Amino acid sequence: MTTKNKEPVLLIIQLSGGNDFMNTVIPFTSGVYFDNRPLVGIPENKMIPFTENLAFHPCAKSLKNLYEKGKVAIIQGIGYENSSRSHFRAMDIWHTCEPNHVATEGWLAKVIREIDPNSSNPVTAVNFGRGLPRALAAPGVIATSVGDLDNYGLMSEIEKEEEKIEDLEMFKRMYTPALGSGIVMDYLGETGRTVLTGADILAEAPINYSSTIEYSNNPIAKSLRDVARVHFAGLGTRIFYTNHAGYDHHAQEVPNHARLLTELTDAISDFMDDLDEHNASEEITILVFTEFGRRVKDNGSGTDHGSGGGAFIIGENVKGGLYSEYPSLNPSDWLYGEDLQHTIDFRGIYGTILQQWMGIDPHDIIGGDFEQISPFNKTLIR
Amino acid sequence: MVTNEIKTDSSLVAHLLRRAGFGSDYSQIQEFTKKKYEEIVEDFLNPEIFPEVEDKLISRHYISLGANKDNQATWNGRWFYRMINTKRPLQEKMALFWHHVLATGWTKSEHTPTMVNHIEMLRKNGLKNFRTILIELSKDPAMIYWLDNNENHSESINENYGREILELFSMGIGNYTEDDIKNAARSFTGWTFTQPLPLYPYGHYESKFIFKENDHDYGVKKFLEKTGPFNGEEIIDIISQQEATARFICRHLYNFFVEDEPQVPAWSITPPKNQFAIDQMVKSWLESDADLKSVMRTLLNSDWFKKSKMNRVKCPAEFIAATLKISGEYRSPDPGLVQLESTCIAMGQKLMDPPSVEGWHTGKEWIDGGTLTERVNYAIEILNDPNKPGVKFIINEIKNDKESHNPKKFVNRMLELVGFIEISENTKSLLIKLAEEDGKLSFRTKKDQEISRNRIMRMLRLIISSMEFQFS
Repeated sequence: MTTKNKEPVLLIIQLSGGNDFMNTVIPFTSGVYFDNRPLVGIPENKMIPFTENLAFHPCAKSLKNLYEKGKVAIIQGIGYENSSRSHFRAMDIWHTCEPNHVATEGWLAKVIREIDPNSSNPVTAVNFGRGLPRALAAPGVIATSVGDLDNYGLMSEIEKEEEKIEDLEMFKRMYTPALGSGIVMDYLGETGRTVLTGADILAEAPINYSSTIEYSNNPIAKSLRDVARVHFAGLGTRIFYTNHAGYDHHAQEVPNHARLLTELTDAISDFMDDLDEHNASEEITILVFTEFGRRVKDNGSGTDHGSGGGAFIIGENVKGGLYSEYPSLNPSDWLYGEDLQHTIDFRGIYGTILQQWMGIDPHDIIGGDFEQISPFNKTLIR
Repeated sequence: MVTNEIKTDSSLVAHLLRRAGFGSDYSQIQEFTKKKYEEIVEDFLNPEIFPEVEDKLISRHYISLGANKDNQATWNGRWFYRMINTKRPLQEKMALFWHHVLATGWTKSEHTPTMVNHIEMLRKNGLKNFRTILIELSKDPAMIYWLDNNENHSESINENYGREILELFSMGIGNYTEDDIKNAARSFTGWTFTQPLPLYPYGHYESKFIFKENDHDYGVKKFLEKTGPFNGEEIIDIISQQEATARFICRHLYNFFVEDEPQVPAWSITPPKNQFAIDQMVKSWLESDADLKSVMRTLLNSDWFKKSKMNRVKCPAEFIAATLKISGEYRSPDPGLVQLESTCIAMGQKLMDPPSVEGWHTGKEWIDGGTLTERVNYAIEILNDPNKPGVKFIINEIKNDKESHNPKKFVNRMLELVGFIEISENTKSLLIKLAEEDGKLSFRTKKDQEISRNRIMRMLRLIISSMEFQFS
């Protein structure tokens, strides 16, 4: 099976809670690492070295394999000035590109506006998860949020298929207000009808999907399989978004971080194989990000909120390797005296992807010009 | 004469309960119709006459709902329990109103106990004098930390609170100068708290207001044309006397209780939808020296309020509470209460945690494809179950009232039973047409009963997924 979609597609994987970059990509030749992390530090004989100074977490084997194939760009030390330690504020900043005041328009919502200014396709952007992330939200922008692809849409709670179809038909008529019903009613009606259209379009996706890849049974694997199913259906989706939660490891970091990294990296690897099987590897680039890194020094059970995190750009067209610099491990360089200092602004990475992968001028979306990197071998931009 | 029984029209009672409370079930509405409208309003304005909701019961019955001081979901579950069960509906509604206007969030401190106390402060003071409300707000640790007044020192002021108390909490932009902001900030120096926030690294101990004399600027300040060595309370006095304050807060009340206005940032350039209504409320405000009870009395007893049915979009908390009122659930503590927070978040509103100091955007901005799907599917999930007490009641009412077996009457009766909902002609004609296609309801045979029950369930599903059900 081949896909109809040859436009560049972006998949965002958000790691919620603040992934511990220092334990994902470990600076294992530094004494500072072991001195500060008596409890959560990874023993040297378990980690997986991939350069002279850096090693992957032992549970990131799949990521290491992709890295060796040259498909992973590691963005070291990503962040912004005066990094916020609040999950919510920090996430907001990543979602809106506005570190200095609270903004309401998401950066990806602005991208959707560029791609589909007339909102002609309700599935230009699809989020897998509950509720729409702020990154995809802005007035007048339509994005679809799917909790469960196999049971998606309005009235999904109605068990009897016949009843559901009848009710949806009535819904459509009830949501077609008479002329002169007012702006709010018109808006509500249009929103309701758009959701119906989106659901009809997405209903196609599971029907035609077949694959030999067996994804694991966990939320991130399920989400990435859903991304694959929708992408292969060729519905014109340009932005996929999903969330992998649970990275807030104040306590019990050792077992929990290991489990999450296994789930995440295996799911990405399965997803890449699935793309390969469907001749679609070149169509999607993945950005994995998190709201902040964690404190250098562990707290005896986990690590507290920090800064200077890491991001990953993954895909067939990616020029694998290390980008930007690993944050300084010299305590005198640390933010607030205890956190890694960022070495590249996240907006530059958004800019890189928008300009070099999506073919969109990033200036107004990310709010300025920021240093970019060159992580692509080739792109689909015509 | 039977009519002696009914002193207030049911649909007007339902309207009042939706706006001044969180909706109601059919029997409650009938109970209230026995009183005169103005009497119901007085009852609402004097909550202390009625017993408090015993939400402490929750922690006794369900450890998981009570023990974890740090878990917002348990506290928001308790809040929903109050909305559904309170005998003091307006008190609870005022708490939510002030939470919208004096928007303080959990996000910055991540400190649940101070936010719980903050909401309790709004609940306790919501119908008092505006001066009292602002003073309590300025002494509230959650607010002090949220707007950095703990960083506001006599030697170096932090303007954040001084600015927002004027811009967002009282007068609105354009009615004061930058110097007024600085001088307001100076007057609040030394207003701070004992136990430091945020949660990390200080922990979740309760925090109390403290006035640090040695960190207060006792100098002379010029504020809104007045001069003196003002402290915070005197600044609040001056603010409360301003007509601009009356106009700004009354417009907020109108937006929340009467009719959706545009978003707040547009207010300085867009006139109110009903200038007459605002003028009437402002008059009450000025005559009563900023007494919220007087202003709310004027609002709730006015013709423009009574005529304002179904023209504001329910916020998610109202939507959830109204749905649960119909279903008859959560009349006693139930572990399911902790789930309601995440339902509300999915609809775009996290209680105790507004997105910013500007509060939530209201009206049609509550609705997008995702939130509309959540609303419709939630209402159906809750109510598409003939065994829920409220749904059972509706089925029996229709069954036992022969007149309601007539298709047209059936539709009208259903609309009454879900809370005297008013719907557009378009929706009504669709529903009546559907009912007429299937003819008269019958409960003669077992088979008839099943068919009729399914028809009632379907009518219920359609009403609660209608556009009109999104409104209050």
